[in-house]
Amino acid sequence: MAIEARHINKAFGATSVLQDVSVEVPSGSLTALLGPSGGGKSTLLRVIAGLEQPDSGTVLIAGADVTRLAPQRRNVGFVFQHYAAFKHMTVFDNIAFGLQIRKRPKNEIHKRVHELLELVHLDQFAKRYPAQLSGGQRQRMALARALAVEPEVLLLDEPFGALDAQVRKELRAWLRRLHDDVHVTTVFVTHDQEEAIEVADTIVVLAGGRVEQSGSPHEVYDNPANEFVMRFLGPVTELDGRLVRPHDIELTAEPEPGSAEATVERVVRLGFEVRVEMRLGDQDAWAQVTRGLAERLRLAPGETVHVRPGPDARTLAVV
Amino acid sequence: MAERSGVTGPSVVSKYVLRVVVLAYLLFLLVLPVVLIGWKTFQHGLGPFFDALTTHEALHAFQVTFIVALWAVALNTVFGVGTAILLVRHRFPGKRILNAVIDLPLAVSPVVVGLALILVYGRFSSFGGWLEDHGIKIIFSTPGMVLATVFVALPLVVRAVVPVLEEMGDEQEQAAQTLGAGRWQTFRRITVPGIRSALAYGIVLCLARALGEYGAVAVVSGRLVGQTQTLTLYVEERFQNFEQPAAFAAATALALIAIVSLLVIKLLQRKAD
Repeated sequence: MAIEARHINKAFGATSVLQDVSVEVPSGSLTALLGPSGGGKSTLLRVIAGLEQPDSGTVLIAGADVTRLAPQRRNVGFVFQHYAAFKHMTVFDNIAFGLQIRKRPKNEIHKRVHELLELVHLDQFAKRYPAQLSGGQRQRMALARALAVEPEVLLLDEPFGALDAQVRKELRAWLRRLHDDVHVTTVFVTHDQEEAIEVADTIVVLAGGRVEQSGSPHEVYDNPANEFVMRFLGPVTELDGRLVRPHDIELTAEPEPGSAEATVERVVRLGFEVRVEMRLGDQDAWAQVTRGLAERLRLAPGETVHVRPGPDARTLAVV
Repeated sequence: MAERSGVTGPSVVSKYVLRVVVLAYLLFLLVLPVVLIGWKTFQHGLGPFFDALTTHEALHAFQVTFIVALWAVALNTVFGVGTAILLVRHRFPGKRILNAVIDLPLAVSPVVVGLALILVYGRFSSFGGWLEDHGIKIIFSTPGMVLATVFVALPLVVRAVVPVLEEMGDEQEQAAQTLGAGRWQTFRRITVPGIRSALAYGIVLCLARALGEYGAVAVVSGRLVGQTQTLTLYVEERFQNFEQPAAFAAATALALIAIVSLLVIKLLQRKAD
């Protein structure tokens, strides 16, 4: 394991932020700490980096107990949501900072920084100051700076949170490719489930200071441990007292075994997919179907359809 | 705009009245006294000016002033940066009280500061007496004058640095730590460059205040000519003794130093913006 956090407790004043949290991050993995804001995920990341002290519990990095070690001795790379660029230094000096602190020879620093500049596509910006870069460029610089010291683990705190949607998407894909190239154990914090599913190979869902579930994106999405995880990872609707993903609902014109009668209330076309809002007895539900199916069934407000969870649908009883 | 710059009577009249009043006010308050001092000083050319400033007493007064000012600036810089970091980066009981106490020297009259220092460090207080028994003389000597000057200039560096530290935040410092920098390296390579302009501004303000201080220093120095006499005390003493050329020359020198400080402050401000 690259990182092991064992039974971490942390409170700020009277507010408990982490309660008996245990997380394991395998070497070389790309792990997402996913959860709503205030769920404790950033605090856990900062505890791993040494920027916060846990009230109790142990942190191991590469097998060594680092719980009482200062951040500068943990050999972690940390990337902040708002970049934390050194404003008075050029891009080159920002990236070289960790190497200069380690008193590496000048020519070695020069070579390494230029490798990294190339890696993050900032070669022509070496002499600029952070204020002359866009948000996305600043974050790539921050990433190069963290990678420069060849950290044991790379920790990213909402790395794309301050960027606009388009840049966010580009950087996500780029981070995934970068990880495939560099293979450094990476943990990133996000509240965006789509981002976690797209980028990570392991997801740890944190809410209310506790680990709700951890596993591959596939496992967490398809076999959610509880109602919270199911609701947080994707859209859900309620059918006959069970939670179902709207794309797992089967619509037919005629009654089928196990199906229930529903009245269509609204049909919304969203490009290639269609959202069907229905009323089942005294409950509302909705399903996501293809355009082809919607046309074949001639779905329109007021029509009656029969619905049931599809054969492969994962459902969860509502508590 | 048309109305303001137009030809309508009353607004034009009020505009010119206002200008005349302001200019007259500045003329009598600022320009006339300064120009007159300058004129009196250089009345008989540069020679007498330099002669007046190179007497033994004048040179000694310069020396005392600079020694006291340099110590006061050094102490206030170290203390000011430390206090600013404490106030912005740390949470501790009594923080609000400290924050309020820092500004006290702005409100207290320097004469009161001087008297208070004599009460604590004077020969007839228990602490001052004890120090004197051990050969440490505070009052009527340089340490007392440094203390008095430090006190009156106390808030200047702190108040210049605090807002910049607040705006800077602590993420850059944390980033430096995760990259392997220790506390001192982080302070020297990240914090200091971040507050550089504000710190320089505070230091120049503090220097100007220290050079010009009169009241507190007058009380604690004992005004011993050729020993504890600073430049401001020298001006006063010569003036009282009807040695006007010497008084005016020293006053002009002080004014010139003040003007240079002011220019440096303005330059630093522009750079900071």
